[in-house]
Amino acid sequence: MNPKILRAGGAALAVVLAVVWAFPVYWMVNTSFQTPGTINRLTPTFLPTGGTLSNYREVLGDNNFIAALGMSLVVTVVCLVLCIAYAVLASLAIARFRFRGRAAFVLTVILVQMLPAEAMFIAQYKMLASVNLLNSVIGVSIIYLAMVVPFTTWMLRGFVAGVPVDLEEAAMIDGCTRLGAFRRITFPLLAPGLVASGVFAFLQVWNEFALASIILTENQKATLPLWLRDFAQTSNLGVTEWGQVMAGSVLVAIPVIVFFMIVQGRMAQGLVGGAVKG
Amino acid sequence: MTTTATATGSPGAAAGRPAKTRKRRSRLPYVLLIPAIVTLLVGLGYPVTWQIINSFKEYGLAQQFGQPSEFIGFANYVALFTDAVFWQIALRSVAFMALTALITMAIGIAFALLMKAIPTWSRIVLQVAMLLAWAMPIVAQMTVANWLIDDRNGVLNYLLSLIPGVDLVGHNWLIEPLSFFGVAMVIITWASVPFVAFSVYAGLTQVSEEVLEAAGLDGAGRFQLLRLVIMPIIRPVLVILLLLQLIWDLRVFAQIQLLQDFGAGGERYDLLGTYIYGLGIGQGQFGAASAAAIMVLLLTLAVSSGYVRRLLKEDKES
Repeated sequence: MNPKILRAGGAALAVVLAVVWAFPVYWMVNTSFQTPGTINRLTPTFLPTGGTLSNYREVLGDNNFIAALGMSLVVTVVCLVLCIAYAVLASLAIARFRFRGRAAFVLTVILVQMLPAEAMFIAQYKMLASVNLLNSVIGVSIIYLAMVVPFTTWMLRGFVAGVPVDLEEAAMIDGCTRLGAFRRITFPLLAPGLVASGVFAFLQVWNEFALASIILTENQKATLPLWLRDFAQTSNLGVTEWGQVMAGSVLVAIPVIVFFMIVQGRMAQGLVGGAVKG
Repeated sequence: MTTTATATGSPGAAAGRPAKTRKRRSRLPYVLLIPAIVTLLVGLGYPVTWQIINSFKEYGLAQQFGQPSEFIGFANYVALFTDAVFWQIALRSVAFMALTALITMAIGIAFALLMKAIPTWSRIVLQVAMLLAWAMPIVAQMTVANWLIDDRNGVLNYLLSLIPGVDLVGHNWLIEPLSFFGVAMVIITWASVPFVAFSVYAGLTQVSEEVLEAAGLDGAGRFQLLRLVIMPIIRPVLVILLLLQLIWDLRVFAQIQLLQDFGAGGERYDLLGTYIYGLGIGQGQFGAASAAAIMVLLLTLAVSSGYVRRLLKEDKES
C-alpha cells in the first residue's frame, strides 16, 4: 500500500483514539457547566453552550467541600514537608555512603513500594484505633509518610548520585564540613529533583483514597477524594445532581492535572532510560 | 492515576564512582537514615508485624470486647483455604489482574507503534489526550465513569442505542457481576494504557535507525522487523511494564470499592481488597482478615520479585 495513505490513515486513527481517550474528561467538564434541566433531557447536550456556573457556586458554597479542602491541604503540606526532609537525608546516606546495612535498607525501600494498601490497612486501622488517632491529621499522616518516603528516597537517590562528589570534596578542602558541603553545594543542585519528587509525593497524598476511607470515617475529617465519593453518593439517594457532582470532580482533578503535566516527562523516561541501555 | 516507584530520575547513571573516597567508617549515614527508618517502622513495620501475629490468633468480635485473643496456630489460614468463597475471590482477583494487565499491554504497545508511524501533529494530539486520562485522580475517574454509564441519562447508553436494533436506555451496567467487572476493567485499562504507551514509545525511539535500515537491506519485511528486531530490543521494557501492570492491577481496592458504593454493592462483586475490608472492618474478624491480607502480601511479593531484582541491579550499577 502507498505509505502516504498509510500515514494519513494512521493519523486519522490516532485522532479517533484521542477523542475516545479524552472523552470522559471532556464529558466531566461539559456536564459541569450544564443546568439540571439540560442534563436530564433524553438527548445529551454535547457542547456546553449557554452554560452555567451555578454548579460551581453550589459546590464552593458547600461547607463540607471547604472542610475537605482544608483537611486535604493540611495533610498534604504536613506529609510533603516531612517527606522531603526525611527523603533528602536518607537519599544522601544511600547515594553517598557505603555502609553496613545499606543493602538491607535499599531492599526495604524497594519492597515497601510494592505492597498494596489492601495487605496492610486492617493492621494500620487497628494500630491507629488503639492510640486514638483515627480521624486525625497525625494518624493519617503517619501512614501516608510511610507510603511516600520510600519512593521519594529512591527517586532522590538518582539525583544525589547525579551531582559529582568532586564538587563536595572541593568545598571540603576549602573548609566546609561534610554536611556544610552538602548544604551549600549539592542541595542547591538538587532543586529539579526536589521539585519532581515533591510533585510525585503531592500526587500520591492528594489522590489517596483507600486508606483515607478506612482511617477518616468522620464526615468533618474527610479529605477531598472522600468528600467527592460522599457527595456523589448522597445525591444518589434522591435525584442525582450530576452537574454539581461533575463540578466537584473538576475541582478535585484540576490541581492534579496541572501538577501532573509538570512531571509527566519524567514518568516514562525514568523507567525506560536504564532498561534499554542496560 | 498511577504514580509510581519507577520514576528513578536517571541522571545518576553518568556519575558512577560512588564515594570511594569515603570508605572510612562513619556514623553519619546511620544518623541520616533515622527519620526514614522510624517512619517506616511506625507506619509499616509495626502494622505488618501486628498483622502477622494476629493472623495466628483468634481475633473476632468477642476479642474486640475484651476477651483475650489466643494463639490458634494456622487455624485462620486453614479456615481460609477451606472456604470456597475465599478461593473464588482469590481466583477472580488473579484472573482480573492477569486479563487487565494483558489487555493494557496489548493496547499500550499498539498505541506506541501507532505513535511511531504517524505525523508529529497527530502524535501530539494522541499524547495530550492520554495525559488527561492518565492524570485523572481515581475518585474522579470512577465518579465520571458512573455518570457516563448512568442508566437514564448516561451518554454511553444513549450512544449505544443509536445503533439500529440496540436499545439500552435504562440499562444498569453495575447489576450483573460480569458486567460490573467489565466496567471496572475498562476504566482501569483506560487509565493505565497511557503509561504503557508512553513508556513503550520512549523505548521505541531508542531503537537506532541504522539497525532498522540494516535489517531492511537484509530484506526484512514490516512484520519481521517488528518481531525479530524491534521486539527483542525493547523486551526489557516490556517485561518491567508487564510486572508493574500486574502489581497495580492486583491493588484495585479503591476502584472496586467506589463502584460498589455507586452501584448495588454486595460481596458478589468483591476482589481480594474489598473482601479483606469487609472481613476486617465490616465484620470485625481481624484474625481471619489478617490471614487473608498476608496471602495478598505473599502474592504481591511473588509477582513483584522480578521487578525488585531489576531495581536492585540498577542500584548496584549507579
